[in-house]
Amino acid sequence: MLYRNHDQPVVAPPSVRRRRSRFAPRPGRRRFDDGVACRDLGLVMNPPSIRLDHVTLRRGGREVLRDLTGVFRPGSLTAVAGPNGAGKSTLLHALCGLFPLASGRIDRGGLSPRSIALLPQEGRLDRSFPITCRDVVALGWTARVGWFRRIGPEQYAVADRALASVGLDGLGDRSIGALSAGQFQRSLFARTIVRDAPVILLDEPFSAIDTATEADLMAIIHAWHQQGRTVIAVLHDLDLIRAEFPETLLLGAGAWQWGASSDVLAARTIRQARLSATAPPPARVAVEEAA
Amino acid sequence: MRRALAGCLALSVAAPPLGVFLVLRRMSLMSDVLQHGVLPGIAIGAAVGGLSVWAMGAGGVVAGLVVALLAGWFARRTGMAEDSQLAALYLVALAAGVALISAQRGVDLTHLLFGSVLAVDNPALLAMAGAATLTLPVLAVIWRPMTLESLDPGLPTGFGGFSHGCFLALVVLCVVSGFEALGTLMSVGLMMLPAIAARHWSGSLAGQVSIAVALAVTASVLGLLISFNVEIPAGPAIVLTAGGFWVVSLLTGPREGLLRARG
Repeated sequence: MLYRNHDQPVVAPPSVRRRRSRFAPRPGRRRFDDGVACRDLGLVMNPPSIRLDHVTLRRGGREVLRDLTGVFRPGSLTAVAGPNGAGKSTLLHALCGLFPLASGRIDRGGLSPRSIALLPQEGRLDRSFPITCRDVVALGWTARVGWFRRIGPEQYAVADRALASVGLDGLGDRSIGALSAGQFQRSLFARTIVRDAPVILLDEPFSAIDTATEADLMAIIHAWHQQGRTVIAVLHDLDLIRAEFPETLLLGAGAWQWGASSDVLAARTIRQARLSATAPPPARVAVEEAA
Repeated sequence: MRRALAGCLALSVAAPPLGVFLVLRRMSLMSDVLQHGVLPGIAIGAAVGGLSVWAMGAGGVVAGLVVALLAGWFARRTGMAEDSQLAALYLVALAAGVALISAQRGVDLTHLLFGSVLAVDNPALLAMAGAATLTLPVLAVIWRPMTLESLDPGLPTGFGGFSHGCFLALVVLCVVSGFEALGTLMSVGLMMLPAIAARHWSGSLAGQVSIAVALAVTASVLGLLISFNVEIPAGPAIVLTAGGFWVVSLLTGPREGLLRARG
């Protein structure tokens, strides 16, 4: 599939995969990749590599991640997995500059941390805040227009198309408190579409939503991937990762594994990361996460 | 009386929007802490610079900012125990303030705590109007970052810390500027009660702010009239009127009103 950029010659997306995905757009299914995600906003992106060099993260006096070294390649689609407290969310925050590194460095290849979009974990947002779904999506413009410049009718038009492309047609005027968990997550995806960032970080995007929503949102992730954006998602569903994500970063018990999903998610490494059902994560870790 | 009315109207426009944000960010307790926290500062200001509005006001603003910073520091350092730390902070501040004021001659504690319409002279009016004039444009500037930050409290955006600081400074400014007319213990009432009442009437941020302002303006006018005719201090009169609005809103408001059928 080819995409035309406004000011660049036609280029092929960096990694078009031939394999048919369970969630990939197919005839008869709503096609997200020819909606707003591409036509209005998504030029073919050329994000830089994000290199991690001996990154150590410490939170609450505890080392959550030690000596992580590796590269998120341009346009790669990576899942981050691991038990609670393994430092997955902390790593995402560090990637977009919201969490200080204890040691090591992150080379974003000249990309400013502000142009990395983070879709936060569902429970972190205040759903009782009196704001409409449309305004939440339009706030995605803030990263691009700044704090003070006006978000005008054109920007709102884009927000509306983004809402339509996540299947929230006509729900823009609803307050976010009146949305279901799935609809709210869709609106956050719409906000991320509006942000139009070359690198997108998703923190547990599929917690607390049903399978139909998950399928729709997964299709959007594939559209982003095909546009050449680098997408990194924290996920718990190992079957989903195996089916949809070419690469995996597995964190756990202070160690990490990074590579092709099929290698990383082999039975032995999973056991080491204490992810499998037979070996639940140690209670101590869970308690610290709750605190 | 006319000066008090003008000053209270100015504050009624400026303070309730701040109150709406305080309520939305679940920082209602913070307003309590600030109003008690400014008291020692006002006392020290009076001791150092005499009984002028400016000396007492400056002391109050400084004390309020110190308390706000302390509270923020507690919040970061103690995690879950924040509530209790804030309560401890304002109890100590209130006691210290009352002790400091009682130690001085010529300061009427009741007037300071609960306000007095006759105390509103030209400098006091100027302070109230000035605070309102400063608050509205600054609030307009930090509106978007404040909204984003309230929506996602855990996300420290680059501008977020700055806007949060501005916001707390504005709250301190409004509390302090209102103390001559309303009293230190009551000036937060004009900020919080209309904002809390407005929650029951509107589901949008702009709606809540406009309703809060309307309620505050009405409460100021009615409260001052009552205070003038019945001879109770202005602060309690205005706050009681605003409190009346709150009770009515709580009972009959279209959103989460107690007497409405639950959906």
